[in-house]
Amino acid sequence: MTNLLTPFEYDYMLKAILVSGLIGGVCAFLSCFITLKGWSLMGDALSHAVVPGVSLAWLLGLPFSLGAFVAGILAAVTMGWIKKKSGLREDAVIGVVFTSWFALGLLLLSLYPSNLNLKTIIFGNILAISDPDILQVLIISGISILVLAVKWRDLLLYCFDEAHARALGIDTRFLHFLLLALLSATAVAALQTVGACLVVAMLVTPGATAYLLTDCFGKMLIIATLTGAACGVIGAYASYFINGSTGGCIVVLQTLVFLAALVFAPKHGLLATRRLRRLATRTA
Amino acid sequence: MNWLAPLQYPFMVEALLVSALVGTVCAVFSCYLILKGWSLMGDAISHAVLPGIVIAYMLGLPLAVGAFAAGLLCALSVGWIKSSTRIKEDTVMGIVFTGMFALGLVLFTKVQTDAHLNHILFGNILGIEREDMIQTLIASAATLIIILLKRKDLMLFCFDVAHARAIGLNTALLHYLLLALLSSTIVASMQAVGIILVVAMLVTPGCTARLLTDRFDRMLLIATASSVLACCLGVYASFFLNAATGACIVLAQAAMFAGAMLWKNMRSPRAQAGT
Amino acid sequence: MTLSLEASAVTVAYPNGHTALRDASFQLRSGTIAALVGVNGSGKSTLFKTLMGFVKPVSGSIRIAGGTVEQARKLKLVAYVPQTEEVDWTFPVSVWDVVMMGRYGHMNFLRIANAEDKRMVNESLARVGMTEFKDRQIGELSGGQKKRVFLARALAQNGQIILLDEPFTGVDVTTEEAIITLLRSLRDEGRIILVSTHNLGSVPEFCDHVVLVNRTVLASGPLEDVFTEDNLNRAFGGVLRQFHFESSTIQDHDGKTVKLLTDDERPLVFGKDGHLEYKDRTERQELVNKRIEEVGE
Repeated sequence: MTNLLTPFEYDYMLKAILVSGLIGGVCAFLSCFITLKGWSLMGDALSHAVVPGVSLAWLLGLPFSLGAFVAGILAAVTMGWIKKKSGLREDAVIGVVFTSWFALGLLLLSLYPSNLNLKTIIFGNILAISDPDILQVLIISGISILVLAVKWRDLLLYCFDEAHARALGIDTRFLHFLLLALLSATAVAALQTVGACLVVAMLVTPGATAYLLTDCFGKMLIIATLTGAACGVIGAYASYFINGSTGGCIVVLQTLVFLAALVFAPKHGLLATRRLRRLATRTA
Repeated sequence: MNWLAPLQYPFMVEALLVSALVGTVCAVFSCYLILKGWSLMGDAISHAVLPGIVIAYMLGLPLAVGAFAAGLLCALSVGWIKSSTRIKEDTVMGIVFTGMFALGLVLFTKVQTDAHLNHILFGNILGIEREDMIQTLIASAATLIIILLKRKDLMLFCFDVAHARAIGLNTALLHYLLLALLSSTIVASMQAVGIILVVAMLVTPGCTARLLTDRFDRMLLIATASSVLACCLGVYASFFLNAATGACIVLAQAAMFAGAMLWKNMRSPRAQAGT
Repeated sequence: MTLSLEASAVTVAYPNGHTALRDASFQLRSGTIAALVGVNGSGKSTLFKTLMGFVKPVSGSIRIAGGTVEQARKLKLVAYVPQTEEVDWTFPVSVWDVVMMGRYGHMNFLRIANAEDKRMVNESLARVGMTEFKDRQIGELSGGQKKRVFLARALAQNGQIILLDEPFTGVDVTTEEAIITLLRSLRDEGRIILVSTHNLGSVPEFCDHVVLVNRTVLASGPLEDVFTEDNLNRAFGGVLRQFHFESSTIQDHDGKTVKLLTDDERPLVFGKDGHLEYKDRTERQELVNKRIEEVGE
């Protein structure tokens, strides 16, 4: 039994577990909006697009989250501009912009080798997170939670029916920007835990899991946040025993929870819909 | 500085040739991918090949085979989950590919392989080994030939599935063919730019060409030309800058796109205002 | 092979458990223009998808020219003209390319066009009056021209059963008439034309057969028998706006019982003896003129 408690004896494990849980919860809260708005690709894109910001911030000696945030917003603005000017499909434009941004980040990293490890950015390294970085994560999470708590009804309306929100006199351009800013901010925070490639899992999977389990948005928020936080905590804890990549463990766990919901969800799961279909065939 | 210096090294000549070939395949495919609206699918499959590579290594199979199988598995499970739940397709893709990538990562940290993770992720075209090069050549050539033979059917499939079906084409087959080709293209380009930047090769040339023409056949030609040029420029530049080759290629592609944007906007300011 | 389209007791359920059509049956014979009428979500598009073999019924069967849907697909019997919104108009293809797509099913493995294919494409373009636009990119066309291009594609395919999805949305009156004239000539060649529409007003003008759907086929048969106020109320429930007119607004010869049914487009007007639409516009124009004269007197 004492064996199971060993991770808690290490200071760095305790920190990692707590921070993962926090980030998991914040990302999961946001993921409800992202999945409903259909912005998964945007989440993936922004999490890659922040990389040049991280390397530039390191070169200039600024806090990395500032650089990352600015790079994310710049990428989003570029996407919007190109889409308006070119008439190309949105997904293609996003693809072009985020890969260019990411490549720029890689180029900078390869030109100016730094103590910023490429692997840390791509896969995260929560076990080695420094105290100033924890402070940055805490500030980002605090602000994100605060903004979401105040504005979630507006954001929900925006995701559900943009035209209606505009008709009500709500500034949808502001909401659009707000959601992008939140996305960039949480992507920056999640970068620490799971790395650029897996951030999108934190920003999508818990929301989708909750969406399978409930039809009520309020409940969806609660379920997603709890799942996200629990997966963060348990994944980080399990990674100690598996001795594998922490980010990988967290995301694999989230995917497993999603698969379980996919099969067993009471109303929208595979088993339930199969039952419905059989019913339809029989009564026909 | 001698501008011809890179050509004195056999590895640079090989790298230029391989990247030009990979650039061609990706460019041709990108025209279909962006018109079908499958850019995210390219991103998803390219990440999802990772567990396949690790498992293939464990079993002693060629890495390309494992990667191809994992790519197809990702595409098929996305299609299956999407059709049987109410979750949006882009969300499903996000979930599946990150799940598979994470699995690959965990497996990778558990299994000591001599395949360098960095080479898989970011490509290693300057140090490409003979065996990998042959795999790349075979995968590229096979993909290119199939696409060019079936280019009209695939175009129709991207444009109007209902009609393709009505005139007796096997649309399910075309769908899986396109997915299989996507997987094999990704496998082919893995060595050149790595699985993280492949999606740039699979999206940018098509977008560049789409800006410059509104005919499909011309689009194929322009995409190929811009992609090959970008690949060569990228490899060349990386030699002088001593920088990551994959990143240089992708940035050269982005420069082509930016040039096309500029050209289009300068040429038709009125048409822009009209729309 | 005699051309016919027959659905018997067709039930369609989607994998998510939703039953879109239940026990739907109807029959169409060669040389028919049939209207498929129903509200949004009544199963019109599901019926189209079933006819094209996109979805398989969980029970019941569809026979096209005596064969299955699969056999009809092999013979390229069914042609489909999509809704304007379904098409990606930014796709880099020209009018000629789109019409040539109608020939793909008839071509060899590599889809190389021969002289016959080119002749068919030219002929189809001429028939819809789009020859001069053949090199335009499809996004550069007007609403009516877009429709005609896709009709030309159905002609190039030589489809014997033509499915049209909302052909008159976003189309000007001249084009609407041109399309109706074309559909009539296609009917006279013995083809079956099935038009999905919620534009009730135009139905009596060019259709000779009506299939009313609301999650099932409520009624199917000749226009005069099926397109009645009762049936339409059943098909549309409370969705239709109904206007009852004061007697002062109505001329005596209509028997003073006029009811106007509309969802959002051309209204359908019922008098005592059925709907007050006319088989073609010239006839209606003559009648209107006559009435104006009467009032003048």
